[in-house]
Amino acid sequence: MTLVAAIFIVLGLFFFTGGSIGILRFPDFFSRLHPAGKLDSMGLLMTLAGMALYTARDLSLPAILTALKILLIVVFVFITSPTATHAILDAGVRAGLGPWTAPKKKGTR
Amino acid sequence: MSVDNLSSTDTSFGKAKPSAVQSRRAKKIVPFCLTFIICFATWFVLSGRFDFFHIALGIIACTIVASLSGSILISRRGLENLPGQWLGFILYIPWLLYQVLLANIHVMYLVFHPRMIELIDPRIISFKSKLKKPMSLFIFANSITLTPGTITVFVSITGEYTVHVIDEKSGNSLPGEMEERVARLMGE
Repeated sequence: MTLVAAIFIVLGLFFFTGGSIGILRFPDFFSRLHPAGKLDSMGLLMTLAGMALYTARDLSLPAILTALKILLIVVFVFITSPTATHAILDAGVRAGLGPWTAPKKKGTR
Repeated sequence: MSVDNLSSTDTSFGKAKPSAVQSRRAKKIVPFCLTFIICFATWFVLSGRFDFFHIALGIIACTIVASLSGSILISRRGLENLPGQWLGFILYIPWLLYQVLLANIHVMYLVFHPRMIELIDPRIISFKSKLKKPMSLFIFANSITLTPGTITVFVSITGEYTVHVIDEKSGNSLPGEMEERVARLMGE
C-alpha cells in the first residue's frame, strides 16, 4: 500500500514539474495557461490520491475520514480549477490580447 | 415558479385539482430530501464526530440549508430522469479522467520536446454545439477546459463555443465524442 502511494505521489510530482517547466517554456500568455491550469490539476489528483491511500492504510475510522476529506479537496479543485483558468483566459481575450501564432515557415524567432 | 406551475397545470393536470396539489407538494419534498442527504453526508465526513451534540447541530444546519436552497441544486423540472442522469454522470467521470490522463501525457510530451516551439500552433477556434440545456453546456465547457490542450474562452447560451487550442491534434478532438457523451448523459 505504501509503495503504491509512493508511486502515485512521485507521478504527481512529475506532472507538477512538467507544469512548471511548461509555464517557463511556452511562448505566450494563453499557451502558458495550459500547463498551469491543467497539468497542475492532474498532479494534484495523483499526489492527493497517493496521500489518501497512505492515510487510509490502517483502515481505522478516523483515517478513512481523513482520506475522504483529502478526496473532497480533489473534487472541489476539479470544479474550481477549470473555472478559474477560463476566467483568466476570458479576461485576456476581453482585454484585446491576441494569441501567439506559429511563425509561417522558417521561424525567425 | 409561477411559470412552472402554469405549464404543468396546462399540460397534465387539467381538471384533477387535488392530485395536482399533492403532486406539487411531492415535487417540493424530493429536492429537499436529496439536498438534505447530500449536506448531511458532507457534514459527517467533515465533522468526524458522532456524538449527539454534533449530529444534532448537523441536522439543524442541514434543514435550514436544504429548505432555503433545495430548489437551486435540483430543479423540479427534470425530476423523473434524475436517477438515470446521476448514474450517467458516475459513468462519465472515469471516462473523463482517462481522457484527461491521455491529454496530460500529450501536453507533457510537448513540454519536454526540445523543438516545442515548432510543434505547437496555438489558435482560437469556434464551433457550434448541438447541446441545449444550460447544465450540459456547463459540463461540456468544464470538460473542455479540464482536458489539456484546450481551454474554453467563451460559451453562449445558444451553444456557441470559443476555444483556445494549443496544437492541431487537440483541436481535432472537438466537439467529437465528448459532446456525444455529454448529450447522452443529460438525455438530449
